[in-house]
Amino acid sequence: MSLTTFLQQCLTGISLGGAYALIAIGYTLVYGILRLINFAHGDIFMMAGYFMIFAMASFPWIIAIPLVLAATVILGVLIERVAYRPLRSAPRMSAMISAIGVSYLLQNLATYLFTALPKGYPEIPFLKKIFQIGGLSASFVTFLTPVLTLIIVYLLIVLINRTKIGMAMRAVSRDYDTAALMGIKINAVITFTFAVGSLLAAVGSVLYFTDRMTVFPFSGSLPGLKCFVAAVFGGIGSIPGAVIGGFILGLGETALVAMGYSTFSDAFTFVLLIIILLIKPTGLFGEKTTDKV
Amino acid sequence: MKKHTISKNILCSLIALIAIIALLAFLQTNKSEYSYQISILERAAIYAVVAVSMNLLTGFTGLFSLGQAGFMAIGAYTVAILTIPVENRASVYYVSGISPVIENLECPFWLALILAGLLAAAVAALIGIPVLRLKSDYLAIATLGFSEIIRAVIAAPQLDRITNGSYGLKNIPGFPNLYVAFGLCALCILLMVLLINSSYGRVFKALREDEIAAQAMGLNLFRYKELAFVASSFFTGIGGGLLAMFMRSIDSKTFQISLTYDILLIVVLGGIGSVTGSVVGSFLVTAGREWLRFFDEPLTVAGINIPLFRSGFRMVIFSILLMVVVLFYSRGIMGSNEFSWDGLGRLIRGIPAKLSGKGRKQKGGNP
Repeated sequence: MSLTTFLQQCLTGISLGGAYALIAIGYTLVYGILRLINFAHGDIFMMAGYFMIFAMASFPWIIAIPLVLAATVILGVLIERVAYRPLRSAPRMSAMISAIGVSYLLQNLATYLFTALPKGYPEIPFLKKIFQIGGLSASFVTFLTPVLTLIIVYLLIVLINRTKIGMAMRAVSRDYDTAALMGIKINAVITFTFAVGSLLAAVGSVLYFTDRMTVFPFSGSLPGLKCFVAAVFGGIGSIPGAVIGGFILGLGETALVAMGYSTFSDAFTFVLLIIILLIKPTGLFGEKTTDKV
Repeated sequence: MKKHTISKNILCSLIALIAIIALLAFLQTNKSEYSYQISILERAAIYAVVAVSMNLLTGFTGLFSLGQAGFMAIGAYTVAILTIPVENRASVYYVSGISPVIENLECPFWLALILAGLLAAAVAALIGIPVLRLKSDYLAIATLGFSEIIRAVIAAPQLDRITNGSYGLKNIPGFPNLYVAFGLCALCILLMVLLINSSYGRVFKALREDEIAAQAMGLNLFRYKELAFVASSFFTGIGGGLLAMFMRSIDSKTFQISLTYDILLIVVLGGIGSVTGSVVGSFLVTAGREWLRFFDEPLTVAGINIPLFRSGFRMVIFSILLMVVVLFYSRGIMGSNEFSWDGLGRLIRGIPAKLSGKGRKQKGGNP
């Protein structure tokens, strides 16, 4: 493999990793607060892809993208309100089953509304423009994804560490009851968390699908699981962890595809998951928790 | 008095058993006429086996595992590889040829099923060592991951000469008759019920209720978790083998995560922690999907075509129903109770009281 091919593959991997990182943050935020694997997150991401197809059919991209972001946020918040809130005091298994149910519902709904056939993802002209740097050539989106990811992550870290709502989020994730006693509106914080998570999923979806070109009802399920693994790998609840997990996953997968083991590229994710759970169950940056009897 | 009720219950069960056998005999003699109904019933019975085995883990031991599809794949492929008639193998493996190791390996289906279960159990034993150290959601996601890894290995081009890669395996011999199909399913479920009611089953329930208390009682947590995991996977493997015999042709796409979700839905609908619930749930879900099929057909009322009714609507309705169950009837059909004739009697006697109770309430509400 020549150096140029190697760098080209690295670039693809980093770009894929950036999209993964954005989705993984959604998992990490929700898990950090609700201790719930939001199985529907991958499907929210898929729905964002469909929203984009329809928004682009009637608007230029500059209007379409904000519309898609808004629609996805509404979807995410709605799911929390309808499917997760009633089960908040129920056993964890019920909430998880409800999440799986929502994911199932969204997939079936997408199959019903948009048919199971893959639909072409609209091209946003400036994102698809081919750039040449040295011997490397890639579309603009490939360069943009990692940069945008890092900017968003920086903003998010500022939001969580410096603002009032961020402080409330941290408090709720640490201890529900105490946070409520301190006058924090738990429901508002959780809604806000879902809104942020879905927003990032929508951004990730635009970047991811511009590269993939098609959307189909199940195109969210596997990336969703992978990004959850990325979040676990980095230490669930930790945003930098999710980002690093996303990048490692993207790079590893691209490397496997480049070496000709594409059938194993999905399995790689789970191998990674099992290794990290065995060596350091809390993930790279996770905090150690102890169970109280 | 007590003896009297017991004999009455046995009598009821005997009558039910005879009725089921009579139904099977009727279907067996009119096989071609009722082939559609038979296929639904067979699929439901096979799903019931897998659902009960999942319930053994989720409901009785409190381990939320999502690896069912992977173990089913192991079972299905074992049965397929061992039972496809040798003379047909050249036509099945026409793309990349067959590995000489399995070329002449053929055994009767019952032996293949047992081997399928044993292989799934062996893989589960290996997987269990690292995975069972994890708790709740981590366990779920790790088992789900293993199930995907198993699928990826089966579909890998390196194993093309054994699993036939993405072309899948076909020409798998089906069930010789209905009695075998349903008898095997019933036998598997019966064995699991015996396990649940044994002293091991009580340990499983103790783990489910409180791990730490169980540990304090001197129970070896890992040993019993591993036992439950291996036993459940054994029956899941057999269920997969039965599914292969039912479908007659399989490929790795059959065993995607959605298969596990289907089984999970059955368990949730039937009631987590109820064997009879899982059985009833699997028949209801499998039959319900077929009953709801009219939602997929275009519907015309008074000359107007209602646009809602088209392909895929059935599954939307189905998933909404599921969400309703999860959100509002989280106990499912049976909760954690088991079916009994006394319970059925109480239910039937309770209906008039409930109806009149409702009537009174309505009267009170509208003076």
